[in-house]
Amino acid sequence: MRVSARTKTVFRLFCFLILAFLYAPIVTNFVFSLNSDRFPTIPLGEATLDWYRLAFTDDLLRSALLNSVIVGAIVAPVSTLMGFAAAYADYRFNFFGKRLILVLALLPPLIPLVVIGLAMLAYLSRIGLSGTLPAIVASHIVLTSPFAMAIIRLRFAQIDGDLEFAAQNLGASNWRAFREVIIPSTKTAVLAAALLCLAVSFDEYAVTWFVGGLNETTSVRILSFLQSAVSPRINAIGSVTFIVSITLILGAQFLLLRKGTGGIGNAR
Amino acid sequence: MKSFVTRRLYSHAFYGVTWTSPLPIWLAFFFIGPVVLLLWLSFWDVRNFVLTPDFQLDNWIRILSADYFWTAYFRTSAFAAAAAVTVSLLALPCSLAISFFFAMRGRLILLSLFIVPFFTSYLVRVYSWQIYLTENGIISRLAEFFGVNAASLLNTPFALLVGFVTLTFPLVIVTQSISMLSIDRTLIDAAYNLGCGPARILTAAVLPAAKPGIVIGALFAFIFSFGDFVTPTYLGGGKFTTLSILIADTVKSGQQWPRAAVIAIMMIATLLSVALVSIAIAYRRK
Repeated sequence: MRVSARTKTVFRLFCFLILAFLYAPIVTNFVFSLNSDRFPTIPLGEATLDWYRLAFTDDLLRSALLNSVIVGAIVAPVSTLMGFAAAYADYRFNFFGKRLILVLALLPPLIPLVVIGLAMLAYLSRIGLSGTLPAIVASHIVLTSPFAMAIIRLRFAQIDGDLEFAAQNLGASNWRAFREVIIPSTKTAVLAAALLCLAVSFDEYAVTWFVGGLNETTSVRILSFLQSAVSPRINAIGSVTFIVSITLILGAQFLLLRKGTGGIGNAR
Repeated sequence: MKSFVTRRLYSHAFYGVTWTSPLPIWLAFFFIGPVVLLLWLSFWDVRNFVLTPDFQLDNWIRILSADYFWTAYFRTSAFAAAAAVTVSLLALPCSLAISFFFAMRGRLILLSLFIVPFFTSYLVRVYSWQIYLTENGIISRLAEFFGVNAASLLNTPFALLVGFVTLTFPLVIVTQSISMLSIDRTLIDAAYNLGCGPARILTAAVLPAAKPGIVIGALFAFIFSFGDFVTPTYLGGGKFTTLSILIADTVKSGQQWPRAAVIAIMMIATLLSVALVSIAIAYRRK
């Protein structure tokens, strides 16, 4: 659009203002995790690592971290595979009820987490799973696979659909064509999707809180801390979770946007 | 030869089923199953603190005739609507800037920066906002420094809006930007050649063409603010009971799951209707 330089500057500044708003809670969290005062406000006290020490000698938090790692290690590959399968099926095949399945697959993120949590809790306790790690894993797969599907489907939209058939015309079987054509051109998007699933699973608290019972993940532990009292320990744990999720999401974005094969950011 | 052909066909069908079925099967077991049970559960009975399968309308009658339910219902809807409007208005200038005032590289970097917070812990960010907004918190200390007397901003509708903007802004800006970036640039050039100024180009060309993204973005903001229970709990201090708080309280404090199920179904029904209306508005042609 042809507008004056001043208008452009105002709009750009507004962008940075909103970015500052979005990052403000993340930045203060890091600052107060290193601040000695018990009540977090300004002016700041002295610099200290005490809150990290206090947080990581907490047995409940350590077992919660372990739970988060176990859950993520199962959820990320399974969700990514399922999301990949659904994206590939949508790209490659036409069948009755395909649209219905797509709508169904994109529905979970749109239903309030408390509602999913309640439904899951009722359902999983009927089949004797509620309060277990598998319950958390099962529900996280429901919540994260739509993300994986969406990202991988975007990548499929950029693949030349004839390549796979060309490979088959040259005598390759379905599986061979899959191995030679589909895997190489989607593997980056698949890896990015796995990182995203990991990030979402790591930060999920609502459904986990409902179905996990006494099995707490890191985010549920943070929720319990929040319920009990204000403590700079939350800042220390929070900083760690921020570092983990920001690393994961930046990794995913790097994979998706980098030049070369496999990213969805490439111009066709 | 015939057997070879059937084998090929069979293997082709097997190949298709292998890829098509896993996600629908999983969702059938762990998503459709729970939601259907939730529907059924709303007709169950609680006898001596034990859930008993039944078919009675008592839960529905009780909830739908309770004043506290309707208060919470309209409060939740009002907050979600306010959040949708606020976030959309704040995101519009940003997505305009991203789409028209930055080059490709700047666009990608900015969008990435806007997306990152969405995938970080909302719980911890809410805790940080408490630090800002509470009595003697960062904002009131700053105000004090400038000689303004600012009481606690926590537990006010403003605090809730701060939370909802934090929660939903990334979603809204991405949806708006996608639809603005896909506008045909010749449309804008044509408007310019016809003598339109920037304001007229915005209202006559850009906004109508980007309508789907703007409406769907607002819908996302509404959905996420409507269902969230962390914001009203920790930034509203429990002063504003919303539907999600009602559900969380009911479930964690006792066995009244059937009544919570009624509230949950009302939430799903509301969101579905809002979604259908929004989609109809978004893609309606004049």
